[in-house]
Amino acid sequence: MLSPYLPILLLFALALAFATFSVVIAPFVGPRRYNKAKLDFYECGIEPTPQPLGPHRFPVKYFLTAMLFIVFDIEIIFLYPYAVANKALGLFGLVEIVLFIVTVFVAYAYVWRRGGLDWD
Amino acid sequence: MIALPTSTQNLPGFGDQPVWLVLIKVVAVFAFLVVMTLFSIVFERKVVGRMQNRIGPNRVGPWGTLQSLADGIKLAFKEEIIPALADKPVYFLAPILSATPAFVAFSVIPFGPQVSMFGHKTPLQLTDLPVGVLVVFACSALGVYGIVLSGWASGSTYPLLGGLRSAAQMISYEVAMGLSMVAVFLFSNTMSTSGIVYEQRHIWHVVPLFVSFCIYAIAVVGETNRAPFDLPEAESELVGGFHTEYSSFKFAMFFLAEYINMVTVSALATTLFLGGWRAPWPLSLWHSANAGWWPMLWFTGKVIVGIFVFVWLRGTLPRLRYDQFMHLGWKVLIPINLVWIMAVTAIHVLRDRGWEAWKATTVPLALVLLLVVVPALMMWEGATSRRAADRAADDEHEARLTPTFPTPPMDLVVPSPKRLATASVRRPTPELTDGDDADG
Repeated sequence: MLSPYLPILLLFALALAFATFSVVIAPFVGPRRYNKAKLDFYECGIEPTPQPLGPHRFPVKYFLTAMLFIVFDIEIIFLYPYAVANKALGLFGLVEIVLFIVTVFVAYAYVWRRGGLDWD
Repeated sequence: MIALPTSTQNLPGFGDQPVWLVLIKVVAVFAFLVVMTLFSIVFERKVVGRMQNRIGPNRVGPWGTLQSLADGIKLAFKEEIIPALADKPVYFLAPILSATPAFVAFSVIPFGPQVSMFGHKTPLQLTDLPVGVLVVFACSALGVYGIVLSGWASGSTYPLLGGLRSAAQMISYEVAMGLSMVAVFLFSNTMSTSGIVYEQRHIWHVVPLFVSFCIYAIAVVGETNRAPFDLPEAESELVGGFHTEYSSFKFAMFFLAEYINMVTVSALATTLFLGGWRAPWPLSLWHSANAGWWPMLWFTGKVIVGIFVFVWLRGTLPRLRYDQFMHLGWKVLIPINLVWIMAVTAIHVLRDRGWEAWKATTVPLALVLLLVVVPALMMWEGATSRRAADRAADDEHEARLTPTFPTPPMDLVVPSPKRLATASVRRPTPELTDGDDADG
């Protein structure tokens, strides 16, 4: 009796081996000619703008999107088990899930009204 | 206490396969994905070429069919450039992290029913789990790491912006994609992919769940970063997006991942909505259409139709602006999805409880109309009129303002330019009376 997860693991191992092999083999197969300008980061052909060393900064807007995603992802994860078991749960489950969706909808409307879903 | 149904009972034949058979299937799935990638690259270039009144690639191999193979070999022999400011370990890790989950996502997709392979009866599917679709979901979520890390590790401006955009886009549309699947699980009462295909033996899910299918189709285009939602690599804004600084095989890995993701979401659309490996209508009249190895053909055909739709969209639609794109994902797809799920759930449960079909359909629809659509329309109306009033007030305010820039008075008399007059007097005017000075 094999675990049904074993084939996934095997495919993962094969894909990982393939990707790693490709990435590792590339410098040995291709040519290598040093050129300082080639190692600069790309900026449409002009002299690159000096960048601060260390981690880049980025707009906090993206972070907000990620936070909103977590809220809705959790909602989805709660909806899945209900969708699978809805026959057994019957009318009680229906009322509960509608209440749940409405509750999340309130939060959604709040975020919308506060401008959390506006991108300029 | 409610007894929950155990989904493991309808997963026959996955636990008792010998290891060598599993290995054959693993290699077969891997080969299928690589071949499909090579195929879809040529297919895309050919079809887009035809849509733009061109021929497309026609030099390498018969009718240009080996073009993508040649491109792949060419990429392998290209120089690998590592930018000086790149974060080396992460820069190397990112393409691996992008390509690997793309392959793994295909492990639960059913290609066909049980067949006998070397004397063993086994399903044409690598494996199945009671939570099958979640594997695909998890792998598509893992792919985001590869993209955002590649953008971050390049140490460059455009890839960083492309990677962040891509991450924001993929997680936003993952919400819409995940919600569109809820109705499918509701109708199938299982999350295992083979179970979902089995449940579509009478009618494909696309018929009762057309809204879900449409939302899924829109969401996966955003999820795979394809045109018209290819904002992470918008050439006119971000050069090449997250893979600007990648070259050689590492670039090929991102390319591979993008096309495998396209194949995967087409295969998932086939499995969830289009009857999986079941033959389409006129063919399904033939008795053995759904037996043996034939279903693999129907499955591949449906996947290619899905890829054609991707190419068609790319050939037809212009790219969206970023705010329009996020607006569509968060403010259109998600609310429609939630309302649709509530309505479908209510209809489904009420019919299960023995209500007549018309009653079970009209009561929830009326409730949704009364409690959701009408208030939403009223709010929208209010917002529109508020915005119009704001704009009118703004215009009026602007009209009443005295202009802040200097305007000349109407009775302006221009004073005679004194300095200019004196200067012109003092300057010796060149006279052409005699030519002595000039000759010197």
